[in-house]
Amino acid sequence: MATRTVVPMTEQGERWTSEQVLALAPDDASRKAGSKLGTPGPWSGTGWGGQGAKEGAGALWGRCAGSGRTSYRAAVDLAGPAYTCSCPSRKFPCKHVLGLLLLWAGDAHEDGDGTAARVTRAEGAPDWAESWLAERRTRAAAAPAAPADPEPARRRTERRAARITAGAQELERRLADLLRGGLAAAEQTGYGLWEETAARMVDAQAPGLASRVRELGALPGSGPGWPVRLLEECALTHLLDQAWLAGDRLSAPLAATVRIRVGLTASPEGPVLRDRWQVLAQYDTADARLTTRRIWLYGHDGGHTALLLSYGAAGRAPQRALPVGTVLDAALRPYEGGGPRAELVEQFAAPSPTAGPPRGGPVGAALDAYGRALTDDPWLDAWPVTLTDVVPARAEYGWQLADAGIGRSGTSAIGTGNTDTRDIGTDPTATREAIPLTQAAQERAGLWRLIALSGGGPLTVFGEVGHQGFSPLAAWSPAAPAETVPLM
Amino acid sequence: MDAWEELVTSALLGTDRKPPATGAGDAAPVALLGAAAVQTVRRRAGLRPGPAAPALEAAPEDGRGALPEAARRRLGQLLAGRSAPSAGRRGAVPDLTELLPQWLAAANERGYRAPAAALPALLDAARARTDLRPAALAFAGPRGLWLARLNPDWRFALRGTAGGGTLPDPADEPAVLALWEEGLFAERVALLAAVRARDAERGRALLASTWGTERAEDRLMFLDSLRAGLGPADEEFLEAALSDRSRNVRATAAELLSALPASALAGRMAERAASCVSLDRTEGAETIVVEAPHECDAGMVHDGVAATPPTGRGERSWWLGQLVEAAPLDCWSARFGGRDPERIVALPVTDDWRAELHAAWCRAAVRQRDADWSRALLGAPGAPQATGPGSSSLAERARLLSTLPAEERAAWVAAFIAAHGLSEAFQLLGVCAVPWSDGLGGAVVDALDIARDAGSYPWSFSGVMGLAERCLAPAAAPRLAVLTVLPAEESEDVSPGAGGYWAEAFQRLVATLELRAAMHAELAGDA
Repeated sequence: MATRTVVPMTEQGERWTSEQVLALAPDDASRKAGSKLGTPGPWSGTGWGGQGAKEGAGALWGRCAGSGRTSYRAAVDLAGPAYTCSCPSRKFPCKHVLGLLLLWAGDAHEDGDGTAARVTRAEGAPDWAESWLAERRTRAAAAPAAPADPEPARRRTERRAARITAGAQELERRLADLLRGGLAAAEQTGYGLWEETAARMVDAQAPGLASRVRELGALPGSGPGWPVRLLEECALTHLLDQAWLAGDRLSAPLAATVRIRVGLTASPEGPVLRDRWQVLAQYDTADARLTTRRIWLYGHDGGHTALLLSYGAAGRAPQRALPVGTVLDAALRPYEGGGPRAELVEQFAAPSPTAGPPRGGPVGAALDAYGRALTDDPWLDAWPVTLTDVVPARAEYGWQLADAGIGRSGTSAIGTGNTDTRDIGTDPTATREAIPLTQAAQERAGLWRLIALSGGGPLTVFGEVGHQGFSPLAAWSPAAPAETVPLM
Repeated sequence: MDAWEELVTSALLGTDRKPPATGAGDAAPVALLGAAAVQTVRRRAGLRPGPAAPALEAAPEDGRGALPEAARRRLGQLLAGRSAPSAGRRGAVPDLTELLPQWLAAANERGYRAPAAALPALLDAARARTDLRPAALAFAGPRGLWLARLNPDWRFALRGTAGGGTLPDPADEPAVLALWEEGLFAERVALLAAVRARDAERGRALLASTWGTERAEDRLMFLDSLRAGLGPADEEFLEAALSDRSRNVRATAAELLSALPASALAGRMAERAASCVSLDRTEGAETIVVEAPHECDAGMVHDGVAATPPTGRGERSWWLGQLVEAAPLDCWSARFGGRDPERIVALPVTDDWRAELHAAWCRAAVRQRDADWSRALLGAPGAPQATGPGSSSLAERARLLSTLPAEERAAWVAAFIAAHGLSEAFQLLGVCAVPWSDGLGGAVVDALDIARDAGSYPWSFSGVMGLAERCLAPAAAPRLAVLTVLPAEESEDVSPGAGGYWAEAFQRLVATLELRAAMHAELAGDA
């Protein structure tokens, strides 16, 4: 399947905002360094090829004076977006690209009577930028590689399945031994046993099982209540082993889910969804080997939520970055095995400024949605949901998101559309339900942005709900519904 | 014990020791895991919301207008660049950290409300930099204080801001009285300042109503608030405070009274000072003769003179200094044959008393905000340092300058820089109005250009450069453009590489000026 990026020759999306640019930064240091370069000082030869200019449609380029005598050449294909820069940075996008984008974003009103634009429209890109753009377009349009001979591939798949089966059986034996001797002993045996088991799972080519085992190893040291958590996770690992071993008796979607959970790569399949996809959140998680970037999208027409995953080597940001808050006219293809994961198939225009918040519901509906999702994937830790009309509140155990007090128990007659929350708590008929924020979410700086944005009043909040609580990722206040406030 | 707890117990102790209800023997662990898996998924799928905690009290309304979109984005950028490392050479790009105070001041002037989502970053910035606090907290407004009360990291925001609550309208008499009588100290200080700012008489009356019962430290703080709107009507109250039990309160009262040239205290001090300083006509040229006091009597102590000098200072010169400092400057003209300040300052002084006497006059000129005397003591900006009339320190000159009108101040500093260069101008530039006048800006740029030609490195002038980035009028940018060009080749008498560094420093200056112009345009809604 070719991933094509087609930019129509019609309408130019507006320039991005600085926030959207800064959201692309792989880390804080780049954000700061990029901000510093978002001024005309170090730049020369900047240009912006808008739509219609055939060469360099939707592209941006410029030279940035570095500390040395030679300047760096940075260019952006806005439709991707994709970036290139001649600097040696391993960050992606690098500070020069961020600076160039900021410079361009700063000209948002160039058509007005204000100061002259710092990045002006140009008919064509300089040769060095043009050749990069041309190469990108050629590569994007290239036909997919011809399918390899199916027979050796089938045998490889079978061999791997056999090894995973052996791994699952071994893991089952180890779990049984553990339970026979008691979890209390697990506290003493320490991490070594788990590391060794995880290594065995890597040998068995089951990375999903390996990472699960590593997480089991961390649980005995995870504080009060660890035996319950360890039992739960051991039980779910056992469930996964058993599901794998019973593979041929599972329904097709469940079998696909099990394959993914064990660590086999899935592929996108099923009908393509074209929609106005709003970028709700983008965040990275990293371990010693890999940086995983999650980008949550919401389709305003179809009401679907989708997850784009991309990866980078340890310490490097994944290449794909989408500006939070923007809307992409794009087609996605879901992955097999259900779940929200999808692949970006085709993007029809540069990202455009934002739409309002996604549709959502009360706290109870969010937990219902998680419960339903568990029937398709019992190993699911979190599920994307949007909470509507919720307020942050402080319980004895920490912060929670609570229904703002309108709804569920027949109070709609007084409350619909009422955004004044100062009377909350005085209405005896309102049942307010709440969900705790996860421990990790309570320690993030985003918690305070959420509370500040709320000011005690109701918000729309998008995030992931699971058995450990709710992890907020983006919020919208009724005062500025078009502004997506990132919380990661 | 429910089924789940039984499973946990079995799992903890081991199925060999505590077989689960699902069966004993070899199959027991697997059966236990199976049962636990069912329970776990069931429990997770059946999770229900918990009870809601009491809602937070809603943040108070902030009636100020929202920032224009471009300014909102700029604030995000300034706050993101806040903690950027500034180590090493600064390069050609503006230092956003240094522009935040200016941005906040301009936003406050225009009466904008801070965007809610920016409040945490704003409070963090204010926490890290005390110099930023007043402006940042003013901009953060009532919602900022509301937020600060929820997070112990931001407790600093509640200090000195009336406990995070809002002050009553100064015109609301019962509310004012209630808070004055029952409020916390910080609330009362803020209240007094608010009432005093609106109605000086009313403020003093409020203070007088409880004066006798206040603690000494509190009396000192409250008394200090009379500094705003000080007038002849305050004299009686201050005169009474001269008999206060606390020495610090007495000293502050005396200081305030001496700033009222018509007050009785000022008259007494004038008399004392005049008895020490006289004009001697006997030796041909007229000369000032100084006879410092021989004792510090009870009357002087009552009028706020500190009897004990700091270590290393003679008693008599210490007392003299205080008398002259507190005496109204008007009294000297009569004492010296109707001379104006300039001619008084030019008179020779006997026995090395000159420095002592002039320093005291400098302090008096600053305290009494007397521009004529300040001008005389400053002397001509071009005069060589050592022979300047006041031969005052740069710090004293900066204080004297602050009493002059803004244009005159800028012109004086411009002439000073033209004569003496930049190396000593830093403190003087600090008291000039921002943005700098054309003349002053021109003088600074010329001096930088001269420094560059003389072959020094720009970091010898980093202080002035930094000031210029923040204070030069953006309109100066075009005339700087020519200086940003890298020299074609370096002449031999120039320090190695200096040309490149200067070009970079000027590039940064120009970029910063453009950024400031953009900032202000955005705040004006023109961007």
